[in-house]
Amino acid sequence: MARNFDTPLYPYSRSPDQDKEEPPRHKVIIVGAGPVGLAAAIDLALHNVPVVVLDENDKVSFGSRAICFAKRSLEILDRLGCGDDAVDKGVEWKVGKVYFEKRLVYSFDLLPEAGHKRPAFINLQQYYLERFLVNRIRALQAQGSCIELRGRNRVTGVTDLGGHAMVSVVTPDGQYQVSADYVVACDGAASPVRRMLGLQFEGRYFEDNFLIADIKIDGDVQFPAERRFWFDPPFNPGQSALLHKQPDGLWRIDLQLGWDINKEYESRPENVVARIKAFLGADIQFELEWLSIYTFQCRRMQEFRHGRIFFAGDSAHQVSPFGARGANSGLQDVDNLIWKLSMVIQGEAPESLLETYNIERIYAADENILNSTRSTDFITPKSEISRLFRDAVLVLAEQYSFARPMINSGRLSLPTTYYDPLLAAFDTPLLPPVTRPGAPAIDAPLGKGWLIDRLGNGFQLLSINTNLPGSFCGGGITVACSELSTDDDPTGLLKDRYLGNSASAIYLVRPDQHIAARWTRFDADQVGKAIAIARGAGS
Amino acid sequence: MTHLNLVPNISEPDEFYAALLQVHEDCGKTESDAINARLILLLANHIGDMDVLREALAIAKTHCGRDM
Repeated sequence: MARNFDTPLYPYSRSPDQDKEEPPRHKVIIVGAGPVGLAAAIDLALHNVPVVVLDENDKVSFGSRAICFAKRSLEILDRLGCGDDAVDKGVEWKVGKVYFEKRLVYSFDLLPEAGHKRPAFINLQQYYLERFLVNRIRALQAQGSCIELRGRNRVTGVTDLGGHAMVSVVTPDGQYQVSADYVVACDGAASPVRRMLGLQFEGRYFEDNFLIADIKIDGDVQFPAERRFWFDPPFNPGQSALLHKQPDGLWRIDLQLGWDINKEYESRPENVVARIKAFLGADIQFELEWLSIYTFQCRRMQEFRHGRIFFAGDSAHQVSPFGARGANSGLQDVDNLIWKLSMVIQGEAPESLLETYNIERIYAADENILNSTRSTDFITPKSEISRLFRDAVLVLAEQYSFARPMINSGRLSLPTTYYDPLLAAFDTPLLPPVTRPGAPAIDAPLGKGWLIDRLGNGFQLLSINTNLPGSFCGGGITVACSELSTDDDPTGLLKDRYLGNSASAIYLVRPDQHIAARWTRFDADQVGKAIAIARGAGS
Repeated sequence: MTHLNLVPNISEPDEFYAALLQVHEDCGKTESDAINARLILLLANHIGDMDVLREALAIAKTHCGRDM
């Protein structure tokens, strides 16, 4: 069977850079063409910053890998121009079910509130997302964007020389060097760039093994499109199991194996097949498309920025897979970093703005690590007493709702609300907490379309029930303005989420669609000050 | 008569659960059992109401139809 991840998508071709005597200078070099690196390249192109992506491979990822993409990731993909591709292909789901031993103990809805363009989650194989991102890059290239994707270009050295960074590359035609204003390492958990710089990870290593497999089931099998999680099921006693639906009739199976296992024995297809039959039923016929046995860590680098070199995604931080916080947080890293990098490169913001990437995304990584560590502690209790409490919660939860919030089979990825002490003054308790400064702008239905689609890639002022000029000059830049009104609020959710009891409101939204500041009325002086702070030029 | 509250009442359930496990970290079984006993007595005193305590004792005893 010709599989999605077998075809070269960006085959090697010789670059003129390889024949230059002096290393040519680029604005940004991205190392790694996974979802994070590709998204970063698109985002740079959308900000008119030329970018070169180097990857040692020339294909999409092998196996489904990251499969759960959260609402905020879909909104980011919308901003990048491939949200529809992902949602059209993906499997939508919002119901999660938790089983203990043989019984269903709890069922929950991930996004119980209405009024969002995008669903709580879709399942989509990482190789599809990568393909959509590459397609988007091709479309941008066709429109003249300076974005280059170089396959089979393995980075062997990265050095920060102060004024620029030097990157050494090995290709099928030999070595060459390029220099860049900035390098973004999106080269995954094993990050060669991190290793080359001698940088370490800090955090916890979990002593457990998980078998992860994609299977294609023959015939019509009616498993629901839900996230189903088993604690201590009869088919995997003492361990856990997870079942997810993917596009193309593919199912993701995740079985906890325990620590003391024989990896070679467990990876033999006949043994994997036996485990899956015990799970899904002996009469089910299926084809094994991909399998992997993995352990994981919850840890991060001490700093995500090292001079001119940035780390984003798994290269900077790793989490357990429970909660889908890996690829989703990687896309949020991109969302946070690229507008800052672009403004600095284009002289629209001071270099100090870049440090806020480090601060904000470390804060987010710690939140993700805390959540995924707690989930792991619940799923794989590390002591007898821990297991006793876990089982007591599961037993009580079937009948008594009080215990359900304590069940932790993964706290599913939500965007981080940032905190900037300098901007704290630009808030008012008269407006709803959900849209406080630092929070991502929450979607709401408008008469035609969605609020989220009104937000662009740049700083923006959003007014509700009050007038704004066509654009606003202040805080050192020009900011686009957009007027909304509760006359165009068919569900009342715009009022609930952005006004509360106030008659009007002004929101300053950052290029990553996070709210920077807000007021009940327009005040040019205040708005100018907030813009200056948000772009790193305040004091 | 006051009843036992059986709907969610802890605003930060993950925070609570982590703190509960933290108390038991690096404890042997005897030590953990003793911690639990003290914890039950402390919480029972805080509740005070005998009807509520009887309800809790009864639910804990029934195993909810399962063997623990």
